[in-house]
Amino acid sequence: MWIESTIAMRFLREGRAQTTLILVGIAVGVSVIVFITALIQGLQSNIVERTLGTQSHIKVEAPDEVNRLVALPADTTQLVLETRRAQRLRSINNWQQVMTTLDAFPGVKAVSPVVSGPAFARRGNAVESVALVGMDPARYQRIIPIGEDIVAGSLRVGAGDAVIGRLLADDLGIRVGDKFRLVAGDGREAQMNIAGIFELGVRELDQRYVYLDLKQAQSLLDLPGGVTVIDLTVHDLFGADAVAARIAQLTGLKTESWMQSNAQLLNALSSQSLSTVMISFFVALSVAFGIASVLSISVVQRTREIGILRAMGTRRDQLLKVFLVQGAVLGFAGSAVGAFAGYGLVWVFNTFGPKLFYIPVAPVLVPMTMAVATLTGTLSAAVPARRAARLDPVVAIRHV
Amino acid sequence: MSERGEEVLRLEGLRKSYNVGQPTETEVLHGIDLQVGRHDFAALIGPSGSGKSTLLNLLGLLDAPTAGDLFLLGESTRGMDDATRTARRASDIGFVFQFHHLMPGFTSLENIVMPLMVAHGRPSAGTIERGRSLLAAVGLADFADRKPGELSGGQQQRVAIARALITRPALVLADEPTGNLDTKTAADVFELFRRFNREFGCAVLVVTHDPRLSGVCDCTIELVDGRIVRDEKLL
Repeated sequence: MWIESTIAMRFLREGRAQTTLILVGIAVGVSVIVFITALIQGLQSNIVERTLGTQSHIKVEAPDEVNRLVALPADTTQLVLETRRAQRLRSINNWQQVMTTLDAFPGVKAVSPVVSGPAFARRGNAVESVALVGMDPARYQRIIPIGEDIVAGSLRVGAGDAVIGRLLADDLGIRVGDKFRLVAGDGREAQMNIAGIFELGVRELDQRYVYLDLKQAQSLLDLPGGVTVIDLTVHDLFGADAVAARIAQLTGLKTESWMQSNAQLLNALSSQSLSTVMISFFVALSVAFGIASVLSISVVQRTREIGILRAMGTRRDQLLKVFLVQGAVLGFAGSAVGAFAGYGLVWVFNTFGPKLFYIPVAPVLVPMTMAVATLTGTLSAAVPARRAARLDPVVAIRHV
Repeated sequence: MSERGEEVLRLEGLRKSYNVGQPTETEVLHGIDLQVGRHDFAALIGPSGSGKSTLLNLLGLLDAPTAGDLFLLGESTRGMDDATRTARRASDIGFVFQFHHLMPGFTSLENIVMPLMVAHGRPSAGTIERGRSLLAAVGLADFADRKPGELSGGQQQRVAIARALITRPALVLADEPTGNLDTKTAADVFELFRRFNREFGCAVLVVTHDPRLSGVCDCTIELVDGRIVRDEKLL
């Protein structure tokens, strides 16, 4: 392989102008691929991160209540008119046990029991409909790091303390240290003290969420000792569906993964990924054609040299390799420069861009792009290389 | 031709046609019988279109005959596949062309050892040494690192001759090697062939138009319309 590589490198060096032009072409193509891939990946992970910043990966709930039909004697026909049952707020049976199981469940990162239900928040004449969320802060923080979004006071629940969203605080006209009433119906009421105010940046949550401790929420919602939801996070974000299905199968409970509740978003993300792949593919294709055409010209230009090489005993497969190596070297060198330029573009975007989000470059992106470019270079050299190898030495030597 | 020494090449009823099987089929060589010995220094002459180049291509195993057989060092080459013919070219035959056909990206020395590099890869110290001594033998000892573009026509042709000899071939084929050179340089180049023919004991067959040069050779083979009309020893 030494002589093939040597001849290939000399050929490239001799056709310096041609080599430089195609290298620039490859570099531009590769930098576009690197930049756009990094951009889209960054954008997507940013969207996913924002979406999941305020929700759990999997929700585990009590199964829906359904009507039971009494078994009939044989040979009886039954006509059923079913009115579906209203789903009352109720606890997950044996939730402590379920939680212990989920704590050790493969793929699950964090588990947090939550009691949630509707109520009204009242102060003076102002009444707002709210969602009570009773939780254990230590566990809940591992699902949604609410502590990072506290804008006033602190994340302290229990003993009559509550943490509410900023919009709700504005609507009720209250600040940390003020008091308001929670009314959950059937005469269950509580006077709460504002210990902290959070701002998640999601209107719905900032306007409606009221965080309490588990006990207070249980008593307000009339679910003594119960929890309505167990929130989970998982290690593999996109494996959430599978984990949710396994949990449902194992516990008989109702599960919903973030992928199910955000199906539209996922659909949009995968369409976006597809368009990135398409762009990359067509850029790579045009780069491949560029390499093939430059090497085809090179074969014509070097016909006499190929002829004399054949005359002095160079085998066809050796000549094939000479041109395949050229394609590989062009692909490798061009993509190295291109990857570097792509990195540069990402840096420029991160430093001087609109700063809407940060683009990280996956460490695997550059070596992978270079490997693909090298392979593409080799493949696109195949046609000119075959032509070189098949040249009839008699004709080639007399080529003018 | 010569009966002296060991036989390098023997042709028996060699024929070559183009466009075989088509209405335009043309036979260029009509049954050539020829023998070339180890120490022969022969000139192949003939008018344009007489089939000299075709014959040379057949002798150099660059092309295959339509009929007849060619024995190289006593071995029939009939039905040899391309790979085998390529291998035989590499080991037994050296070529010199009218236009030197040196590789412009390589130095004189690299061009000379190219056939060995193609066959065995990275050149050994011995190979380099052999290249240098051949370069010295063609009077270009100081030009080892020059590229062909930096050499005159005569110097390039001398490098090409050295390249043809690096594998110590049994047969050197030269196609109008002096066609591009002035008379003095041409005579020098011929002198080189003559010297190597004697020193290395390789058969040399030179296609030439120049009667003065063919006169220097041991024997002259004249080809007219695809037939040998003269095959005689001059000395």
